[in-house]
Amino acid sequence: MQFNTGDIVVTNVETVPGKVMTQHFGLVCGSTVKAKHIGSDLLAGLKNVVGGELGSYTDLLNEARNQAMERMLDQARQLGANAIVNVRFSTSSVAQGAAEIYVYGTAIRAESRPQQSSPQPTAQAARQPQQAPQTLQPPRPNPINRPQQPPQ
Amino acid sequence: MADLIQIFFTCIVLLFAFAMGTYLEKRHYKKIKERETLLLDLPSVPSKFEVVVPDANQRARVSSSQLVMGSCVISNDYFKTFIAGIKTFFGGHLTTYESLVDRARRESVIRMKEEARLLGADVIVNTRIETSSIGGGSAGEKNVISSIEVLAYGTAVKFHH
Repeated sequence: MQFNTGDIVVTNVETVPGKVMTQHFGLVCGSTVKAKHIGSDLLAGLKNVVGGELGSYTDLLNEARNQAMERMLDQARQLGANAIVNVRFSTSSVAQGAAEIYVYGTAIRAESRPQQSSPQPTAQAARQPQQAPQTLQPPRPNPINRPQQPPQ
Repeated sequence: MADLIQIFFTCIVLLFAFAMGTYLEKRHYKKIKERETLLLDLPSVPSKFEVVVPDANQRARVSSSQLVMGSCVISNDYFKTFIAGIKTFFGGHLTTYESLVDRARRESVIRMKEEARLLGADVIVNTRIETSSIGGGSAGEKNVISSIEVLAYGTAVKFHH
């Protein structure tokens, strides 16, 4: 179930490892509702006698999840983000025979660590233990208001 | 007479389900163990990245990070569902369901790790495992598909070597 996220980095930790957060765009989400009983249900019913993996259901849910992800990524792109962090998945049944798949995360702009391009990396590294974890501290204050959406 | 035939037929189905179910489960466990051994050197941990890699210099050497996930839907065989139905009457351990959940979780984690392996990752951090039941059959309902879906996801991190 490889899913290509394109230009956007998606992680489920608070930061993009190895990068620092420079801008914060808030929550982005995507969801799909899929009916489980599409044709393959008869086969799944038969498979249910002997047990084992229900491949058609696995595929169906993966497809639905990818679609939800795609919607989330579209939203993030529109905001001008280049990463989505803290991604969570949730599945809930909204109606009989249908499942909703919901993906949500925080869209941010992450850039490479400034010390990597610094002329004195050793001095930077020596100073690090006295500071709070670097990854949690953006180099400049976050804008509280959402930035203007880029022109379509 | 019609009742007898029905009982006979149910017994046949139960026997068939028992034989096939046991065989398939054993085969699945064998496969799971084989693949788990292959993936032993790629740890997947539920801790945060800062906890897994406490060294800040090491953290700066990340080359890429990406969300990886693996999922599977697994159903119990008819025999086990039948036994579980009887057991819920008396309560206690539902061992027949334990193996179902165990297989589904391990399978999804393996799939997640396989995806991370393709990306050349060194570690998967912040692994989360989510379980939901498909077919939504509440207890006592008949002809429901007793299957569960497990989704495992985490962030695959790759370091510069």
